[in-house]
Amino acid sequence: MSFLEYSLKTTPTGLSKLLYFNWPLIVLVSTVAGFGFMMLYSVAGGSMDRWAEPQMIRFGLGMGVMFVVGLVPIWFWRNVSGVAYVVSILLLLYVEFFGAIGGGSQRWIDLGFVRLQPSEMAKITIVMLLAAYYDWLPPRRQSHPLYVLIPVVLILIPVLLTLRQPDLGTALLLLVGGAAVMFIGGVHWLYFAGVGAIGAGGIAAVFASRGTDWQLIEDYQFRRIDTFLDPSLAPLGDGYHITQSQIALGSGGWNGRGFMQGTQIRGDFLPEAHTDFIFPTLAEEFGFVGGTFLLTLYVLILVFCIVTAMQTRDRYAAIVSLGVAFTFFLYFAINMAMVMGLAPVVGVPLPLVSYGGSAMLVLLAAFGLVHSANIHRPR
Amino acid sequence: MKRSPKEQEESARQITRRGLIVGGAMGVTAAVLGGRMHYLQVDRASDFRLLAEDNRISDRLIPPARGLIFDRSGVLLAGNEQNYRITMVRENAGDVDEVLDRLRQLVRLDVSRLSRVRDEIMSSPSFVPVTIADRLSWEELASVAVNAPALPGVTPDFGLSRVYPLGPDFAHVVGYVRDVPETYLERTGDTDPVLRIPDFQVGLLNIEEGLEPALRGRAGIRRVEVNAAGRIMRELNRVEPAKGADLQLTIDAGLQNYTEARLAGESAGAVILDCQSGEILALASAPTFDPNIFVRPLSSSTYGALLNDPYRPLANKATQGLYPPGSTYKMVVALAALEGGHIDTEETVHCGGYTELGNRRFHCWRRGGHGRLALLDAIAQSCDVFFYELAQRVGIEAISAMARRLGCGVAHELPLSAVAAGLAPTMDWKRANRGEDWLVGDTLNASIGQGYVLTSPLQLAVMTSRIASGREISPSIVKSVDGVDQVNAEPPALDIPPDFLDAVRTGMYRVSNTNRGTAYGSRVVEASYAIAGKTGTSQVRNITAAERAAGVTSNEDLPWERRDHALFVGFAPYDAPRYACSVVVEHGGGGAAVAAPIARDLLLRAQAGEVPPLELYPEGQRRRVQEMHDNMTLMPIHRPLPDGGGSSQA
Repeated sequence: MSFLEYSLKTTPTGLSKLLYFNWPLIVLVSTVAGFGFMMLYSVAGGSMDRWAEPQMIRFGLGMGVMFVVGLVPIWFWRNVSGVAYVVSILLLLYVEFFGAIGGGSQRWIDLGFVRLQPSEMAKITIVMLLAAYYDWLPPRRQSHPLYVLIPVVLILIPVLLTLRQPDLGTALLLLVGGAAVMFIGGVHWLYFAGVGAIGAGGIAAVFASRGTDWQLIEDYQFRRIDTFLDPSLAPLGDGYHITQSQIALGSGGWNGRGFMQGTQIRGDFLPEAHTDFIFPTLAEEFGFVGGTFLLTLYVLILVFCIVTAMQTRDRYAAIVSLGVAFTFFLYFAINMAMVMGLAPVVGVPLPLVSYGGSAMLVLLAAFGLVHSANIHRPR
Repeated sequence: MKRSPKEQEESARQITRRGLIVGGAMGVTAAVLGGRMHYLQVDRASDFRLLAEDNRISDRLIPPARGLIFDRSGVLLAGNEQNYRITMVRENAGDVDEVLDRLRQLVRLDVSRLSRVRDEIMSSPSFVPVTIADRLSWEELASVAVNAPALPGVTPDFGLSRVYPLGPDFAHVVGYVRDVPETYLERTGDTDPVLRIPDFQVGLLNIEEGLEPALRGRAGIRRVEVNAAGRIMRELNRVEPAKGADLQLTIDAGLQNYTEARLAGESAGAVILDCQSGEILALASAPTFDPNIFVRPLSSSTYGALLNDPYRPLANKATQGLYPPGSTYKMVVALAALEGGHIDTEETVHCGGYTELGNRRFHCWRRGGHGRLALLDAIAQSCDVFFYELAQRVGIEAISAMARRLGCGVAHELPLSAVAAGLAPTMDWKRANRGEDWLVGDTLNASIGQGYVLTSPLQLAVMTSRIASGREISPSIVKSVDGVDQVNAEPPALDIPPDFLDAVRTGMYRVSNTNRGTAYGSRVVEASYAIAGKTGTSQVRNITAAERAAGVTSNEDLPWERRDHALFVGFAPYDAPRYACSVVVEHGGGGAAVAAPIARDLLLRAQAGEVPPLELYPEGQRRRVQEMHDNMTLMPIHRPLPDGGGSSQA
């Protein structure tokens, strides 16, 4: 590895770097975050200092981190990818062993201004590591079984650690995010088809085993699946979230009830309305128009990340940008699918909108990588 | 990694290819999400709107104020009282135990109640007010209010609770309300949602029960927006409750009060009717109880004491107590005989002290016999042998038919909890219920109101008023509902020839006004107040041959529950009957000695409209009467307003 393949002469230096930030991306991210502040203000019943203000402070800090990350050359980030991965694994192990001492399943490390969840951090470090791996891996080995096994193991380590917490949502995100980077990195599509087939077969086997001697999962897990498939089976139990979420969403209609006018959230019918279930609130107050507006912003963010990836000639920068985009996509897609009853309830926040420090900080840092890729590309 | 330009080209193409595939997949997913959003928010928006309304709108009931009950002249018998109470909201209280501890220094709270309240507070949602103590005095409430800063979460509050100002006097008329019993719905089929309001009370006895639908009123509704925990966020709409109807009874509170006071100490029932209209002026049962204790939580020891009292204070002896009428039944036999032409007022019968039937002797109460007497004197002197003779001529079917025409053995319709039908026995009845044939001896027993005959004081009063007025009087107790007079048709004339009724009335006059009459001792000296009546003494046991041989044991030597019942029925004034009265004193002894003086006092009180003046009593009895009246504590007399309207003054 060396810096020599970059033509330093053609990359901006000094303050001129600021010009080469992906400014549309910054505007989009800020708009989404601003939407989030409004919703947090509304969910708190018109209180700034409950959720909106801390969230704004974190967003400000996150933006600072994003600029710093963006200004640092992308090749530096490539070189520390391995270190970043190891650090996040160590932190995961740390909360695994020491977090439990706190008497519960503590998943975070208190940094003072933010409680950092190592599992959130892992979502980006895995992308970085795999990007560096496929940058290093010669193309002819990309689909060699041994060189496919290595990234699989690298992905499974944090996945298993987060599953133990237990944090199904994050584990899923890590797994699918990692797999996506492998796909982008050039692994032969037959591997994915094979895994997909095995997965489908496995699910079929699980359902086929129901009620037999060799039942593969526990009864309560089946009931959860049933509840997901038909929330009305348990309107006050597991199905409550899904049902109430859809009621709030659906009652928004075209234009919504208006800012601060959502009845379902003000009645506390919807739990977790400031975190994972913030989207129904937004959709109730701003309707279909507001919901599609946010979805459009998200898609545009993806577009600008993909455009950056296409423009850079650097393999690492391209893979990281696509990986970041895909991780971001997973956040909002899983969250929205969940609140709209298309996916089971797993704890995944709505990116940049849900209240919470870790996810926002990590996502902004990740966008910093995209900016760095944009700035430090040969022109 | 140093790569060849060719390799770099290949890598860039691959990344672009794969990136576009991934981007396409993301785009498709986003489109699906948008489609789902459209489906939920646009296609099915109205469904979800409805569900959302269901979520947040809740209808809360506002209890209606219960209708008031007044006597015929407007004396309040059942009212609603502001009830001061204190409630606690757990989430505002902080340390519940500490606050309760402090509260105990201000308000009387016994330990068992305190622990019950504590459990209730802990098991209720944290924002629900729980009543800690009610019926506080104003002083207690004030001390709580003054110490409010030290009592977080505690709020003084008030509600309406039922109160019976005249207490025990009206327990057997007005009854009481209580918390809705668990079996209420099942028993009554009443599904009024108001019953589910906590602390709501329903009438469970007498007028309160019988006229529950009118008294209850209609609940109001507060439509409120609530949150998921049921906490009220704001009120959207309000429909005020409709107060229950006020009732005016036919009862005269002063007379009722006097009657209960006069019966005090006995186990007795008495009824006074307006014998021209059938309006019940007094309906008393002694001993009585304070209905107010049922409105509040009742301790099992208090309730147990009422249940186990041998004088049965909870039973309404006036309407549900059934007694053999004894000689008061002789008017029935006399009228049946006169109507059937079996006797006239001239024919005499010889009484030798007993009648022989087969090998059995039926005795007259007077061992030595009455000698020869005609019908009117037979009534006056209550000659049993005379009526044995009549009974054999008339037969049981005609006697019982007459009894029913006079109002005995039939249930009168009154909105009271227990109105007994009594029994005017027939041959068929005995065959069906006893599996035996009717014997002539049974007829003889029935002719003196013994054997199978059973009547209630109410029935005896109705019988007396029918004889007195010659009309088919039906008793009524409700004068008006919500200011609307209850229309009572003019009672039709009895289809008994007036001559016969006149004859019986004359016989009854002699009972109280001739010196051989059985109730001469309870006569009235002022002619315009004169009483006509009939004594009765009914046995509650069979006198065995052995007892008879040993000489009849006097009543005083028997245990209370085996003594004779004392009865008297009468009406007054004799010239122009206004009031009819019946008195039954359980195990009181002789009707002449025990029941007649009571009935005289009641009829005089009814006629005088106040405590009867001594001049109406025979001179030799005045001191005793004076003493008795001095020892009675009576309510002040309420003079009705000229227009007679009572329910207007609430």
